[in-house]
Amino acid sequence: MATLELQNIAKNFGDTAVLQALDLKLASGEMLVIVGASGCGKSTLLRLVAGLETPSGGKILLDGVDITAADPAKRDIAMVFQNYALYPHMSVAQNMGYALKLRGLSKTDITAKVEQAAEMLGLTPLLGRRPGALSGGQRQRVAMGRAIVRQPKLFLFDEPLSNLDAKLRVSMRAEIRRLQKSLRVTAMYVTHDQTEAMTMADRLIVMNAGKAEQIGTPMEVFARPATLFVAQFLGAPAMNTLLPLKAGLTDAPEGAMLGIRPEDILVGETGLAMAIDLVEPLGSETLIHGRLACGQSLTLRRAGGPPEGSQIFVSLPDQKRHYFDAATGARL
Amino acid sequence: MKSRNWFAHTVLVIGVLLFILPVWVMVAGATQDAGAITRGDLSLIPNPAGLGIFWQALCFGGASKAGYPVWHMLLVSFAMAMVIAIGKIFISLLSAFAVVFFRFPLRKLAFWTIFLTLMLPVEVRIIPSFAVVSQLGLVNNLGGLTLPLIASATATLLFRQVFAALPDELVEAARLDGAGPLQFLWDIVLPVCRANLAALFVILFVYGWNQYLWPLLVASSPAYTTIVLGITQMISPEQMTPWNLVMATTTLALIPPVLVVIVLNRAFVRGLTEVDK
Amino acid sequence: MDRRTIFPGKLLPILLIAPQLTLTFIFFLWPAARALQEAVTATDPFGTSTVFVGLDNFTALFSDPSYWSAVIRTLIFCATVSVLAMAGGLTLAYFAAQNIKGQSWYRVLLIWPYAVAPALSAIVWVFLADPQIGLIGRHLGPGWDYALNGNQAMALVIIASAWKQVSYNFIFYLAALMAIPKTLIEAATLDGARGFTRFAGIIWPLLMPTTLFLLVVNLVYAAFDTFGTIYALTGGGPAGATETLVVKVYEDGFIGNDIGGSAAQSVALMVLVIALVTLQFRLTAKRAA
Repeated sequence: MATLELQNIAKNFGDTAVLQALDLKLASGEMLVIVGASGCGKSTLLRLVAGLETPSGGKILLDGVDITAADPAKRDIAMVFQNYALYPHMSVAQNMGYALKLRGLSKTDITAKVEQAAEMLGLTPLLGRRPGALSGGQRQRVAMGRAIVRQPKLFLFDEPLSNLDAKLRVSMRAEIRRLQKSLRVTAMYVTHDQTEAMTMADRLIVMNAGKAEQIGTPMEVFARPATLFVAQFLGAPAMNTLLPLKAGLTDAPEGAMLGIRPEDILVGETGLAMAIDLVEPLGSETLIHGRLACGQSLTLRRAGGPPEGSQIFVSLPDQKRHYFDAATGARL
Repeated sequence: MKSRNWFAHTVLVIGVLLFILPVWVMVAGATQDAGAITRGDLSLIPNPAGLGIFWQALCFGGASKAGYPVWHMLLVSFAMAMVIAIGKIFISLLSAFAVVFFRFPLRKLAFWTIFLTLMLPVEVRIIPSFAVVSQLGLVNNLGGLTLPLIASATATLLFRQVFAALPDELVEAARLDGAGPLQFLWDIVLPVCRANLAALFVILFVYGWNQYLWPLLVASSPAYTTIVLGITQMISPEQMTPWNLVMATTTLALIPPVLVVIVLNRAFVRGLTEVDK
Repeated sequence: MDRRTIFPGKLLPILLIAPQLTLTFIFFLWPAARALQEAVTATDPFGTSTVFVGLDNFTALFSDPSYWSAVIRTLIFCATVSVLAMAGGLTLAYFAAQNIKGQSWYRVLLIWPYAVAPALSAIVWVFLADPQIGLIGRHLGPGWDYALNGNQAMALVIIASAWKQVSYNFIFYLAALMAIPKTLIEAATLDGARGFTRFAGIIWPLLMPTTLFLLVVNLVYAAFDTFGTIYALTGGGPAGATETLVVKVYEDGFIGNDIGGSAAQSVALMVLVIALVTLQFRLTAKRAA
């Protein structure tokens, strides 16, 4: 498996900087997830690595070799597309074997590799079928099989689960992660879904408007978000933000926004008074939406059923507080 | 709503009959006696004894001005239609592929030049086209019959539209798999566009087979008379026209193109009306 | 027009487009240039000398009343054929689009006339309409003879031309009708629209792009492709009653040997086609979008 290094990679379309200069290093066997909203530049980054776009500046090194100018076909990189991109007129077996056929492998070799990959993904009974006769989840697996069969240096995933229904998404993301780990492949995975990002990444990179806001392991990025954007992007429901002075909290730094996650807020006998607007029972936990005396809204999450009454007292533990510069959003 | 269906069926059956009637008259008439027809006794009921007329028409050609048997003319028409259909599909495909999947200098100019040919159907440029063809020595041969009809842009435009609509991901996946452009064209584009290819074949075969004005000019020699031309030459106001023979020959002339349309009718309709994949 | 994903390389595409460009130059642009050249020169009857006459051929053409009567004749012919063929196609398509048994059979049985050669369409109608032998024609009494009566000749070529073209319109209208989402029709029915009101208010506007597209195609067909039908049926007669512009080009150029005049007519026709086809291209682009 290979290492990937991006040095000062940037992409402009005309005057707009779609991707600002970025440095990145992937270790062999690492799964890096690139997460962000639509238009943040995550797909562009992936396509630059694949060679489907040319960078406006910077270098890409795969296993130490400069591939910046190399043709996509020559990079030994495989990609799993959002819409699967299966050849509609070929059977599953032919789809999976196409790249090998182009490389000139013998028929027996191709069949052997295809069958091996099919076995791994549970596709063996489907080998003779056409993509049109498959369900979304099956097509997704064929797309992965096509990539696996090539045994490439690097795997790229472009939002592969976006077109699947919620339940399938949950089971498929576990499958993808397990597969990636067992094959020990180096991979880059793009998604807009923060749950996928958290559960699948060895490290993740949060992008916003072409800029990388933070890179780190999921727990690092979750526990110590570098910017307000990152803080609110990860975690559901999103982190609460308050103007501390308005709420009556005087120990905050100058010009700061206070952030606290819904699950970190404590309910007790004393503290800030909060009037309850809406209660959403989820079964094992409950979401409580309300308003503080100063008018700022707050959402909290706590185990068990809904509280009695229309008012509760909440406290915000010191060690769970995050402070961000109100103007720049950077962590203080 | 049953009554609605009944009305729909009636209208459609009337339509079908309106189309079939003239042709039925022709087929039935072919089996009847020429003299009887001239006298005005043409009937809708075919004469089973007269079925041999088709074979006779095929082999002997009767009073055709060409002096060539009908099967010869059918062959000329067939050659012309096939060369036009296959030739046009071939060059249009390559041109559309070049214009859509590459960037090269003067690309847009080349495309508009080809598009310009749409503005010039053969009927608009017959006299000068004939002059050019004679100058090139292509009168009375297959090249002269077909080449001026091959280069027009209709097929190129259809292919262009279809190629431009192919999903980007399909192209990207093929590139990553290691396919070069021609490989991509052969392995992926052509199979995916099968219906369009079939539809164009139908359109072009029919177009080539049905040509009248151009062969009228270019095929002055009997050896190169197409069947459509030959039939019109069979009808003369001076001498007695062997109507049964004319009808039989016309029937024979209609069979190949109609057969092509009927056999490929599904792909024909799909390829004509569906351009997004 | 431009797609995002392309292949690298500049030589290959040039090689791929070369055959068509070559044929285009030799058989389209060269003759067109010749036509332009001939349109502005006059040749003496023996073909031995030519002289540049500027726009004289055009002036002569546009002041020739027989040219204008051909223009009007062609307009009437094109409009009538188009309307008949489109109305016929739409009617059949409307009923074929409804969910009835045997739909695919009807479709095949209504499409095949597309394959009939325009010239043969004429022959086929002779068997029906000829005053002596025609199945119907011989019963129409002594007043029916399209070899003598110009209006009858015109009517016959219109019918023979429209008859064949109905299939083409049927194909496109059927596809367009089947593409209308059922939910839209259902919503309209719930709103109280039925039958003709529903057709006029909901379906007809939705068919407008197809109608405009087909209108141009039909006009071009009627103006040019019908040469075979007209020439084989009436030869442009009687006394030029069915001589449309395209027939006139042939007659004047090839039979009459008026090279300059015929070339001027060709150039005029080119201008007309350019206008029509540009219109069609714009409409097709909207239809696909």
